Amino acid sequence: MQASPVTELLERDGGGGFGQSGPLGGGEGSGNPGVPQRAYVTGMILALGGILMFFMALVSAWVVRKGFPNSDWQPITPPRILWLNSLILIVSSVTLSRSRRCLVARRDEQSRHWWGITTILGVFFLAGQLLAWRQLAVAGLFLATNPSSSFFYVFTSAHGLHILGGIAALLVVAVRPPQRLTRQTATTVVAMYWHFLCVLWLGIFALLWLGK
Amino acid sequence: MSSDSRIAHAAEDMQAGFLRRYVFSTDHKIIGLQYFFLAIAAVTIGTVLSLLMRFHLVWPSAHLPFIAGGIMTPEQYLALMTMHGTIMVFFVLTTAPQSAFGNYFLPLQIGAPDMAFPRLNMLSFWLTLLAFLVMLSAFLVPGGAPISGWTAYPPLSGLGDITGPGEGMGQSLWVASVLIFCVASLLGSINFISTTIDMRAPGMTLTRMPLTVWAWLVTAILSLLAFAVLFAGGILLVLDRVAATSFFLPAGLVVSGEFQTHGGGSPLLWQHLFWFFGHPEVYIAILPGMGVVSHILANFSRKPVFGYRAMAFAICAIGFLGFLVWGHHMFVSGMNPYSSLTFSLLTVSIGVPSAVKTFNWLGTLCGGKLQFQSPMLFAVGFVSFFVTGGLSGIFLAQPAVDTELHATYYVVAHFHIVMGVAAIFGILAATYYWFPKMFGRRMSESLGKLHFWLTFVGVYCVFMPMHFVGIAGGIRRYADSTGATYLAALQPLHRFMTIAAFITAAAQLIFFYNFFRSIKSGERAVENPWDATTLEWTTASPPLAGNFAGRFPSVYRGPYEYSVPGAAQDFLPQHLPPEELASGGKERSHAS
Amino acid sequence: MHLRGYASVALLLALLLTILVAATVYVFGAHLYPAPPPISQDAVQVDHQYNLTLYVTGAAFVLAQLGLAWAVFRFRDRGQKASHIRGNVALEILWTSVTVIAFVGLGILGRNAWAGARLTPAAPDAIQIEVTTNQFVYTFRYAGPDGKFGRLDPALVSAPTGNPLGIDPNDPAGQDDILAAELTVPVNRPIELLIRSQDVVHNFFVRELRLQQDAVPGMVIPVHFSADRIGTYEIVCTQLCGLGHYKMHGLLHVDSQSDYEAFLKRQALDQ
Repeated sequence: MQASPVTELLERDGGGGFGQSGPLGGGEGSGNPGVPQRAYVTGMILALGGILMFFMALVSAWVVRKGFPNSDWQPITPPRILWLNSLILIVSSVTLSRSRRCLVARRDEQSRHWWGITTILGVFFLAGQLLAWRQLAVAGLFLATNPSSSFFYVFTSAHGLHILGGIAALLVVAVRPPQRLTRQTATTVVAMYWHFLCVLWLGIFALLWLGK
Repeated sequence: MSSDSRIAHAAEDMQAGFLRRYVFSTDHKIIGLQYFFLAIAAVTIGTVLSLLMRFHLVWPSAHLPFIAGGIMTPEQYLALMTMHGTIMVFFVLTTAPQSAFGNYFLPLQIGAPDMAFPRLNMLSFWLTLLAFLVMLSAFLVPGGAPISGWTAYPPLSGLGDITGPGEGMGQSLWVASVLIFCVASLLGSINFISTTIDMRAPGMTLTRMPLTVWAWLVTAILSLLAFAVLFAGGILLVLDRVAATSFFLPAGLVVSGEFQTHGGGSPLLWQHLFWFFGHPEVYIAILPGMGVVSHILANFSRKPVFGYRAMAFAICAIGFLGFLVWGHHMFVSGMNPYSSLTFSLLTVSIGVPSAVKTFNWLGTLCGGKLQFQSPMLFAVGFVSFFVTGGLSGIFLAQPAVDTELHATYYVVAHFHIVMGVAAIFGILAATYYWFPKMFGRRMSESLGKLHFWLTFVGVYCVFMPMHFVGIAGGIRRYADSTGATYLAALQPLHRFMTIAAFITAAAQLIFFYNFFRSIKSGERAVENPWDATTLEWTTASPPLAGNFAGRFPSVYRGPYEYSVPGAAQDFLPQHLPPEELASGGKERSHAS
Repeated sequence: MHLRGYASVALLLALLLTILVAATVYVFGAHLYPAPPPISQDAVQVDHQYNLTLYVTGAAFVLAQLGLAWAVFRFRDRGQKASHIRGNVALEILWTSVTVIAFVGLGILGRNAWAGARLTPAAPDAIQIEVTTNQFVYTFRYAGPDGKFGRLDPALVSAPTGNPLGIDPNDPAGQDDILAAELTVPVNRPIELLIRSQDVVHNFFVRELRLQQDAVPGMVIPVHFSADRIGTYEIVCTQLCGLGHYKMHGLLHVDSQSDYEAFLKRQALDQ
């Protein structure tokens, strides 16, 4: 009986089938180049590009909406806690950099320590954002109240969801690091993501202030 | 990793069950095939929808046995139309050329063992499948599928079912599906670009990449940037629909006598966001086909692609300019008329790299040794349809002329010829070309030719008359011609197109028969049945896991070294080192 | 590879392409399905630009498809060797330049037809008529003898009680407003249409005027024209607006000045 051609795809391992190579790439003598570590960095850059486009689309919508003549744009004052949240996020970026510097200097224990602090600061940031929402609700400003409040909630929840993803990534790298990436690569890409979200937040915050 | 653990892994893989190997596989070849079969299912459904539409346009009062009430209502027609467009654009034209063939052949053509992120790749496919199922479920809910077209303009799409049947749950499912599809595409793009940048074989510089690789790369960049914007627009639309926001809904709406309490949003904002995605989307649909056509024309002309660098540059130019022209969908939308002139100039400019590609395709043929097997026939067909469809676009690119043709059947003719025909011919050419590699067997050449002749004539018969319907004022998205009185005179054209459509659709059965039968019992294929130069042809048909049996190639020359003067054979494979050229490298294979 | 005679395939393909060209040229040349004759100067301008585009793209179409047909036949495999030409920079520059001039030239020339209709405001003495669209009818409003439109309030819209546009009864300017289900205008007078929508995006299109404009809720969009031929013409909606989209149509009557004034008097009596 002839094997189906699709079966043959996976029947015989050609020796060095993909996935067999370790994080440094290439099995012995098989010539399998594997996945170079820099591909993960490329991937993260691209992901950040996509995320940036997404937020740019929201910003364009905000600019256009705000600029309507006769519009019902009632600017809202961003809750004061946002200043604290921004500070927390900036500090978390600093602690994250610290963690990576320790890793490079082979001070693993300290590296994990700062990594953990970053994670906790991230959680505090999210809690702070929820508090900001609570404050808006008390002032009677909900998602559909007016265009300005709509955008506030859309920006903060979109950013917040990405931060949640970042916290998850921080935890995963700490607890169960992916096998195909070196420690260095893993921490690099998470750091890129985190720093990007920090800068993105500062941009959003500035926008919300400008809209006032 | 030690060789012991590698052996253990390999053994484990072999024992892995059917599910792990063929269903939940991270192998790019399996994933490519999964996308391919998804696209086949989608194109079948999409075609049936369009046949129902064409039937209704000519016989609107006919009794149809499978419709409750017997006669198709206008809203049912619009639902068919919305789903036809959406399914074809997303699940056929964005899926087959890029996700199916790109996934299968990108790693092979660059000499890589797999994509950069295989598990992400698997996730992309399953999300796409989920999106497809969610989309189809819109047919099954109360109210049925949405009626707002694949363009889903609010307020029609933003207020729920007070604007029409299907605008309730149906539209919500539609938006959900699109959002899931966006995520799947974004993940897929990241994979394609990283793989192309970081995993090319030694010696494969950018200018030694096959044009298919160039096309998939630029298409992935477009996807990354465009789908992100659609995602944003979709989120805002969802919020308007379920959370009472007013991003796209103006104040003072009165729908069916009911006053709506919304505040000052803008329907034009949706149009801008949508078309900022929508225009790059059509280049996402066509660019891979252009790459495949260049590739096939060179192979079957036994000549290098004429002006390879210009071709690569044109792909990039089309991709870049594609982001700057979206306003040409909005000339009569109420947008600032000065913007229209800017968009118009940019739109005609995109005609330039497109024309360059066409000239270079002709240049590839001239002086060649043309071998008209099925892949070549469909590639040549692509060129003809691209010329026709591209030129008809020049009318639409000018706002003054567009004023007469906007939203008529002329537009429908234009985009069907470029997307619904040329892009499909690209998919068919790729299928005939790469079938031996994917399935290790040959398709029937005579059935392939028959399929080509019938389809080539058939689609011209379906879509050329459509231009004339449009010029005479036939309006698109009309359920039938019983409205304005002048439409009756165009019915003979509609009748002709409907009959042609049914015949052409029937002719596709030849293709399906050929395709599925050949998988099962086609003649065995060798490694390189087309005497081609690129890397996918250097390995088994189909390739084994890992792609190159452990001997990953290096690249020594460009991808289209055909008929090099003084060479022993009329093609120089990319992977043969110069010293092995005299012997012709591996044993020659014969094509029939 | 076996040597195959591809003569019949190449010939058939070339023949089909030639038939395509011939049929297309014939249908266009014989004006088998023309647009209706234009009834305004702006429409004539549009037609000029359309024809110019047709000649340029038509020439390109004929040359490209016949060129393809010729190449397919001339270079079919008859046992010859292919020539290893990789490109020709001079040729690339040449045909790129020609394309740029042709396409961009068309775009620039097309400006005039657009400018006349869209970049110039309506004449100061244009008759203003408001066009309101909703699912699935057109309602036309004339300002009446006072020349002013009454204020509209969407909350007051009530078709069953005879106020489909929501005219504010307290606004004196609206007392003499005239509503009509069909658009009647005098010939050879500038007309300005103020296009608006109550619910979803609609459109106003008259083929003979070569004039088309979306009606967007939340906006009032002005377009202007001057019709130079008396007659009745159909208005259609081209923007998908719901299940009744295909049935949404109206009539434009271009009348003599006296007939137009008679119409206004009649409608005023009916209000």
